[in-house]
Amino acid sequence: MFFSLFITFFKIGAFTFGGGYAMLPIIQKELVEIKKLISEEEFMDAIALAQASPGSVALNTSVYVGYRIKGLKGAVASTLGSVLPSFMIILLIAMYFFRFRNNDFVDSIFMGIRPAIVALILSAVYQMWKNSRKTYIKLFASIATVGLVVFTGLNPIWIVIAGAASSVIYHKLYWPFQEERER
Amino acid sequence: MLPLIEEEVVEVHGWITTAEYVDILAIAEMTPGPIAINSATFLGYKVAGVLGSAIATVGVVLPSFIIMSLIFVFVLRFKKSPYVNWIFKGIRPVVLGLIAAAAVSVGGNTFVDLKSVLIAILLFVLVTFRDLNPIFGIVLAGALGVIFF
Repeated sequence: MFFSLFITFFKIGAFTFGGGYAMLPIIQKELVEIKKLISEEEFMDAIALAQASPGSVALNTSVYVGYRIKGLKGAVASTLGSVLPSFMIILLIAMYFFRFRNNDFVDSIFMGIRPAIVALILSAVYQMWKNSRKTYIKLFASIATVGLVVFTGLNPIWIVIAGAASSVIYHKLYWPFQEERER
Repeated sequence: MLPLIEEEVVEVHGWITTAEYVDILAIAEMTPGPIAINSATFLGYKVAGVLGSAIATVGVVLPSFIIMSLIFVFVLRFKKSPYVNWIFKGIRPVVLGLIAAAAVSVGGNTFVDLKSVLIAILLFVLVTFRDLNPIFGIVLAGALGVIFF
């Protein structure tokens, strides 16, 4: 289990070109859909906690997902797995191919990969939305989040806190009232 | 994280110049994995060789590891509390929005012409409706990039 988790995250770490966020759709596909090691909701919770913590969101998510699957051993496996590929690649580049950065061939590869990353992220969002219990309030919260982040540059942590707070208030105040009315 | 790294290594410690930092960022963006971690690895190598890069990487990974460990223990401890349950319920739609917003920010200067739009549409359809594995998707997109650009 330790080794297979390490290999899975190694694979994820080796192919997430385009920054940390590219890691999320691949984690979702490999661990939620194919291997079913964690549920869709647990994956979203992991991202929420990762987002609310300092450091790279992708790495934080990997650490948490590792814990969720196999405790401390799992977290060590997922962290090593997701960090080692880029570590080795960067070491090789730093030692031997520093000029690789001004290479037309490499540039054209990335011209293809960048739009693909956008597509992969949107595909993961679509899949997660499709598999969740849909309500208008949730839809509104998701769209409002996109709007706030894209147009106001508001720090995501505030939106996470607002989402948590409004849900607690809603369940605390509105639900008991509903139950009373039904009785 | 990136402006903080620049402040520390260029201004405070003077380990590298701003121009070198820009070079390092370019490489960090091209290699797989989070950009902040990649630039730390590269920087460590420039400043103190292989050992330096190992130490820089551990240094940038360890805080995440420790903090997420604490959070995991905390969540495990309060898993049964209705408050934790409500908090997660409220956060999930926000997370979905945050991921979608990440697509927008990644997409910012990505779509240079019709070809890049077509690559994105093709990949979305293949991965979403034809069950193409995202890793193969990235390899395919890299190959399309070589053919198209």
